[in-house]
Formats: sequence, C-alpha cells, structure tokens
Amino acid sequence: MKLITAVVKPHKLEDVRAALETFGVTGMTVTEASGYGRQKGHTEVYRGAEYEVDLVPKVRLEVVVEDGDGAEVVDVIVKAAQTGKIGDGKVWVTPVETIVRVRTGELDGDAL
Amino acid sequence: MEINAGDTAWVLASAALVMLMTPGLAFFYGGMVRMKSVLNMMMMSFITIAVVTVLWVVVGYSLTFAGDTGHVIGDFSEVGLKGLLAPEAVSGTTPTLAFVAFQLMFAIITPALISGAIADRATFRGWIAFVVGWTLLVYFPVAHSVWFLDDGNGGWIGDKLKAIDFAGGTAVHLNAGAAALALAIVLGKRVGWKKDPMRPHSLPLVILGAGLLWFGWFGFNAGSALSAGTTAAVTFVNTQAATAAAVIGWLIVERIRHGKATTLGMASGAVAGLVAITPSCGAVSPIGALILGLVAGAVCCFAVSLKYKFGFDDSLDVVGVHLVGGLFGSLAIGFLGTAAAPSAVDGLFYGGGATQLGRQALANVVVGIYSFTVAFILGKLIDKTIGFRIKEDDEVIGVDQVEHAETAYDFLGASGLRGHTPLARPSDPGENENGTTDTSEKEGVNA
Repeated sequence: MKLITAVVKPHKLEDVRAALETFGVTGMTVTEASGYGRQKGHTEVYRGAEYEVDLVPKVRLEVVVEDGDGAEVVDVIVKAAQTGKIGDGKVWVTPVETIVRVRTGELDGDAL
Repeated sequence: MEINAGDTAWVLASAALVMLMTPGLAFFYGGMVRMKSVLNMMMMSFITIAVVTVLWVVVGYSLTFAGDTGHVIGDFSEVGLKGLLAPEAVSGTTPTLAFVAFQLMFAIITPALISGAIADRATFRGWIAFVVGWTLLVYFPVAHSVWFLDDGNGGWIGDKLKAIDFAGGTAVHLNAGAAALALAIVLGKRVGWKKDPMRPHSLPLVILGAGLLWFGWFGFNAGSALSAGTTAAVTFVNTQAATAAAVIGWLIVERIRHGKATTLGMASGAVAGLVAITPSCGAVSPIGALILGLVAGAVCCFAVSLKYKFGFDDSLDVVGVHLVGGLFGSLAIGFLGTAAAPSAVDGLFYGGGATQLGRQALANVVVGIYSFTVAFILGKLIDKTIGFRIKEDDEVIGVDQVEHAETAYDFLGASGLRGHTPLARPSDPGENENGTTDTSEKEGVNA
C-alpha cells in the first residue's frame, strides 16, 4: 500500500476531494497546515509595525491506497489541485507496511 | 433648581451608554493581543467596573464632587453617598444620584484605558492594586480639579484656570495616557518585543470594540451636557463629525505610509477621533470638528510609531492614541474654539488670541506630569512588594493560563482535557484501579 500525502491550496481542497471520490477513493484525512516552499509569505502591517508572515496556510490531505493505484491517485490530485501559479503545493508517496481497521481488526487491503 | 425629567432621563441613559464603553474597550483591547492573553486583557478592563464602583460609592464621589479642599480635591462629607437619597439632593437639574452614576462610569473607564500599555505581562493582583491606588491618588483629584465648579472657588483647572475640558480630554485621556507611559516603562518590554510577531489575534473583536466605544461615546460627550438640550445636540453632532473625519485621516496616512488601508487603522482612527473631540466637543463648530478629527486621525497614526523610536513597549498604543489624541484635542480648542459653541471661547483661528491655548497647555502639562509621576512611583512600589510583572517563563506560556487558569479558545474540543469531575488536588494520594489508595505510587490524576 501507499500513503499519498498532498499539501495543496486550501481553496482547492473541495476539487481534490471530489476528484478522488470520483476516482473511487473512499476516505481521507485532512489537516490544516502552514508552511512555505517557493511561494514565500507576505508582509502585514499593524499600526505601522511590519510583520513578515513566512508561513502560508495550506491543507494537507492523506490517503492510503493499494500499490497499483498510487500513480493514478497522484495524477488525480495533481490535476485537481493545479492552478499553474506558484504555491500549488506538493504530492508525495510513501510505502506503508500495515493498516488495521480499528473497529474490526481487518488488516491491510481489507482495512482500506 | 428643580429636577427636570428630560435632563434626568438623558443623564441616566448616558450613564448606561458610558458603562457599555468599558466592556467595549475590553473587546477593542482583547482583539489586539495574542490568543494567549486575551482573557487577561479583557479582564483588566472589566475588573475596573467592579473595583472602581466600590471605591466610588464608599469614598470616590465624595472626594471628587463633595466640597473643595485646596482646589484640588473634595472632602469626606458625602462618604458612602451619605444624604443623597433625599429628593432635595439635586445637582443642576437632575437628582444628584444621576450625576453620581454618570460620573462613576468615567472613573471606571479611565483606569481601564491604562491597561492597554501593559498587555501580556502584568499580575492580576498588581493591576488591581494599581487601579485602587491610581484612582484614589490621581483620578479623583484630577477630576475634581477639572469638573468641580463653584463660581471660581472650585477645582483649579476648570474653575480658576478656566481651561476647557468638556468631557475628559485632560481628566480622562491625557491622564490615562501619561499613566500608561509610566507603567510601560516600569513593567518593561515584553519578552520578544520587536522580534517576535505580536499581531492582533482577532481584528473582528477590535472592530466590535471600536463600534461599542463609538456608540457609548455619545453618552460620554453629549451626556456631559448634563441636560437634554442644545449643548447635548451640538456635542453629539461634533462627536460624530470628528470621529468620521479621524477614520479618514488615519486611513489616508496609513495608505500613504504603508500602502494599504487596514481595519485596525480604521478602528484606531475612530478611537483617536473620539478621544480628540472629547475635550473640544462643546467648543467647536461641526466644520471645526471635521478639521479637528481629520488632523487628529493623521497625528495619532504617526504617534503610534513613537514607541519604536523611544523604545517603550506601550503594547496597545495608549500613549499614541489617548495621550497624544487627548492633548491634541485639548490644544485644538485654543485654535478652533468658537464663541458660537456652548463653551463660548474664541480660539486663535476665530480671532480669540492665545490665552485659551495657554490655559489648555498648562492644564495638560501639569496633569500629565502629575499622573506620570504618581503612576511611576506606584507601579515601582507594587512591583517591589506584591509583584507587578509575571515571570518570564509564565509570560511565554501566556498570562491567561498563569494568572487565571483559563484558555480563551478551545480549538481541540474536549480532547485535551481531563477530569470532568473536580480534579484531585496535588496533595491527594494517588488512587489505584481498585479504588484503594496507594501512597507509594505517584500516578494520581495530576501526577
């Protein structure tokens, strides 16, 4: 199995979720995240005091899929999250050893 | 004089309006601090309602408005509001107790204003001690000096010097601003000041607070007419005009200096305008009020940067807005005052000469120095005895947790909380799973 982690722009989350659902991914975990890559932060001014805000708000979503689906799921996410502008995010894939469904104790593929 | 029903109704309603300003101030200040100190910030304002009300009923009103001692303070003849229940107790055209209630609200908000200078880092006990001491030693005498009128034998500022302070530019705003400067110096800079980002955690709260302040300020200014007539109407319109213009003034300067008009600037401009028109709302024309407000907004927008130049951490700009705004509004009477307005004095721009300007300047300089000095000594005294500044570690954790054992926002729901039943005290022996006590094992609830 593969863990696919994507950090995308918050407003693209709904597009990505819908695309994954259409593809057949049945669950995901989403966290609010902040960070930066090539897209640097911005400057804010409060009563004349300037602050560099380095971290940009993003969402991180995680799905676990069968080995064979990995590449396609990455493709689905990239297509759905892309705006073509700097700061669109990253997607990466990591191997997963074991998954257990807490309710039933089912393992691996059955637990997805 | 006879009690007038209309005047009484307006003064009582105004007292309620001014009362609302202090919770409004709590929102205004609370939104500007970081998440970890919003409760403490709001509580420093709110607690003055309780503390000063008790002081006022017991001794404050008497010291401010009963009789005169040396033109600087009242006496003890009306301690406990003695003798004011009778229908014969009349001030002007209202029952004296209506005046008592109205003036109380001013005594409440004045020390509350100071708290903005010491955000994130004051002990709660230290703050309460300061409020009691400063209100007794500074606010009561200054309010007496400004507002106790007795045909030339009353307070030295209002009755002898004849400086104009319609609703508290000197007695409230400059007074609080000078004390705020003293406390910012006594308590010192916050951990990480100028290095760590300390941006407002909730601008919507700031705007809510500014809105409540603006609303309540009609009671503050127009209520200070102490009657429901022309003076109240003039001061009402002047208050609105100056505040509106100050919003614009602040935003223009901000737009030019920093490239954007901000909501914090809008809210701050409104408060700066309200402060500046407070002493002068009875002295200028509506056009004068527009000019005064526009300039006040611009001046205060510059003034809030002073703390970075001089290196004092006046966290929420009490000096830049209240000291500078109050001083500016007060001095502006010397220029923009018109004899056609209720205060009936011509300023320089109306051919009145510089006399009034000199009076305004003298009153503000003396009050400013007095308030600063007493606040400085009082602050040092509190710091050396019961402690006025929290420990550095505690400041990093956050004053809300350390001083009040509370957290403002629970973003994680109940997930991080333990103990829905009353928590075991640290001194309780640990309990094992059988419910019997086992003192050798230290896995109690709090271990």
